[in-house]
Amino acid sequence: MLELIKQPWHWAIAGTLIGLLIPILLLLGNIKLGVSSSLKHVCAICIPKNIPFFNYEWKKEIWSLFFVVGIVLGGFIASAFLANPNDIIVSQDTKNALQEFGITNYSELMPVQIFSIENILTLKGLVFFVIGGFLVGFGTRYAGGCTSGHSILGLSTLQLPSLIATCCFMIGGIIVTNLIMPLIFKFL
Amino acid sequence: MKNLKYLFVGIVFGIIFIKAEIVSWFRIQEMFRFQSFYMFGLIGTAVVVGFLSILIIKKLKLKTIDKQPITIEKKESNKGQIFGGLLFGMGWALTGACPGSIYAQFGAGFLVVGVVYLSAVLGTWCYGYFKDKLPH
Repeated sequence: MLELIKQPWHWAIAGTLIGLLIPILLLLGNIKLGVSSSLKHVCAICIPKNIPFFNYEWKKEIWSLFFVVGIVLGGFIASAFLANPNDIIVSQDTKNALQEFGITNYSELMPVQIFSIENILTLKGLVFFVIGGFLVGFGTRYAGGCTSGHSILGLSTLQLPSLIATCCFMIGGIIVTNLIMPLIFKFL
Repeated sequence: MKNLKYLFVGIVFGIIFIKAEIVSWFRIQEMFRFQSFYMFGLIGTAVVVGFLSILIIKKLKLKTIDKQPITIEKKESNKGQIFGGLLFGMGWALTGACPGSIYAQFGAGFLVVGVVYLSAVLGTWCYGYFKDKLPH
């Protein structure tokens, strides 16, 4: 059983399990799946500064923080005890494209050639960590949700705004991956 | 403590996020290059499972474990989904992270993602600060 869990999963199995998060949260407390709102609660708790957007009863939303702390712990457990010892399987076309950027190490889930501590104070770090993270936080709140809230819950409940948001997530990602990223790796 | 159950759900799904590899920067690259069906199949399956579960919840008029009604609110349409959506998509491609992944990646030992997280909190804060000046 443990060996089976350690292997890479089929997308249908992974997708089914993630889809089940929707009814589980609804049945536990009429909670709508959404992760990006946890960032808003952190702002509301730590730095509200009289900004109306952050003045609300965050105590009612505290489940969200329990949930994300759980995700951190789950991430630790999965990597410490259930990790796949082999390289991550990535499509050969993607490998060829990334090789041009100097990314050749597939031993971890993330490319260690970008996501390493040494890169924090470099221009690469500025783009991939600081600007990237800022866009994730700013963009999800502006869009009113992220992949979980819009692309999974929103599409499951047939909401047009979520379909629009999901299409825009894709467009933004396609532009950066195919047009901007080659420039980033050329100059940094 | 009634919130502890969400900690437990988070742990289980944190494990699933890692094992499903949706937190992997490589998988997101494949997706935005249309070079693998993996992420499309995964998200599509999740949506179908979510849709069917909600159908069952509605048909059987299920309540929460505390006997509270289950409701699904309509999301409001505005330009934020377009502008914000484009910006988030760009950040997703760079970091390989939707907000859920950031937590799982950090737990998995990619401590440098802590910088991504702090920056995401700052981005959220800036949205709150400039909200009224942005087109919606």
